[in-house]
Amino acid sequence: MSVENRQVKLKIENINKTYQVKKSYFTAVKNVSLEVYKNEFLVILGPGLCGKTVLLNMIAGIEQPTNGKVYLDGEKIRGTHKSIGMVFQKLGLLPWKTVMENTEIGPKLAGVKKSERQKKAKNFLDMVGLTGFEKSYPHQLSGGMKQRVGIARAYTNNPDILILDEPFGQLDAQTRYSMQDEILRIWQMQKKTIIFVTNNIEEAIYLGDRIILLGKCPAEIKKIYDISLSRPRNVMDSGFLELRKMISSNMDLAV
Amino acid sequence: MNKNKTENTLLKRDKWKYGVIIPVLTVVIFLIIWELMVRVGVIPQRYLPKPSELGNVFIDKLSNPRPEDSTLPSNILSSLQVSLSGFLVAVVLGIPLGWFIGWYKGINRFVRPIFEIIRPIPPIAWIPLTILLLGIGFRAKVFIIFFSAFVPCVINSYTGIKLTNITLINVAKTCGASYFQILTKVGIPSSLPMVFAGIRIALGASWASLVAAEMLAADSGLGFMIMMGRQFTRPDLIVLGMVVIGLIGALFAFILSKLEKKMVRWRSIK
Repeated sequence: MSVENRQVKLKIENINKTYQVKKSYFTAVKNVSLEVYKNEFLVILGPGLCGKTVLLNMIAGIEQPTNGKVYLDGEKIRGTHKSIGMVFQKLGLLPWKTVMENTEIGPKLAGVKKSERQKKAKNFLDMVGLTGFEKSYPHQLSGGMKQRVGIARAYTNNPDILILDEPFGQLDAQTRYSMQDEILRIWQMQKKTIIFVTNNIEEAIYLGDRIILLGKCPAEIKKIYDISLSRPRNVMDSGFLELRKMISSNMDLAV
Repeated sequence: MNKNKTENTLLKRDKWKYGVIIPVLTVVIFLIIWELMVRVGVIPQRYLPKPSELGNVFIDKLSNPRPEDSTLPSNILSSLQVSLSGFLVAVVLGIPLGWFIGWYKGINRFVRPIFEIIRPIPPIAWIPLTILLLGIGFRAKVFIIFFSAFVPCVINSYTGIKLTNITLINVAKTCGASYFQILTKVGIPSSLPMVFAGIRIALGASWASLVAAEMLAADSGLGFMIMMGRQFTRPDLIVLGMVVIGLIGALFAFILSKLEKKMVRWRSIK
């Protein structure tokens, strides 16, 4: 994305999160401000346990910030918002529901007619390559397939912004690579603003338009990288490797 | 295809072996030892009937109302009525109560302390007060049973809903669910395995406290029959009553576990 086409979709202003643990305080996120541009693929990269999930939960409205504000299209938001969808690291599929029922849950809660919401859900299940698995239960699927359901479910809610919290963290390496290509393919088909969180440098460079590098806990922005490599990217490319070296040297190791 | 077939017959044979033959065999061996102990005189026949005699008493009691003026089937029926009524009231009131206490902090604050105090009071301790309040009729007995079944229902549905996976709750939140919708769509379904365990405990408890409830003065029922057996020095009646209670209790547990497998199939496969 060229710099002049950038249009701010989501703005986070001085967000903080402090927990009170008995009599002491624990700060998970400290003074984070960032702007997310429309339709960009933004990667938030940080070591394990650095407060990434807390930051995301605040953007998604699952948790309230201790202070700081979140603006969507210039308007202040509080709590969950229908324009912000989320794909969870721990999958979060309802084990007693079929793939179809899991995917259509958003429109169903909103009271959309059955035929209509199933058509929508089917469309996205096809898109993530799960045609024919509509009636399967989550325990019958592999890890990668379960994560595809999570992605289809988030898309079925038709959000403008999609947050993915280490979505491939629990997959094996092989599946992880194919899911990375998959998420790029889906993003290019259905342009949305994506906020993708990972602790994997290679994954970050492979996917992102921009990378926001977080320091270790409490989460603070260390550096922002613009990735101008053309897609599809090659992990052995010299530009790729250079970036990788540069980011590695700046990244804190997990405790 | 062929392999599947052999696997199937193997499975069937295992089921037959472990599900039918071995259980029946253990019961038969138990009965034989019992029979021998009484015949040889280790236990005097006056105190404990032989299993073979028990069969005769059983058949006789099917139609003979003496000595306590009620046949075995009518005793069973009246006991079932009492314990199932108490059990059902406990399930209907207890399970939703547990859900609400577990889900809504406000309700938890107000109801929990009262429940925690009532919880340790044994069902039998309710008997004297119950007699004063409700007399000694059907309602009184149901009340006693209700207390024994109510506590496990509340505790298990409370625990079940407390254990709801936080990720599932967050998913529902980001999909736009209200707090009440999350309760009905996520909390309650995921609590079902625990709830079922609670129902099973409650059914066992309500059946087990039957004898205590029927001590209240009853004119029929299995507990009543056992009490009368003691008064008339008829150990055969006592043991018959105990065996029937045991058999029906086991049958209940069996039916419930089958039902549970059907209702929460996702859990058993996982």
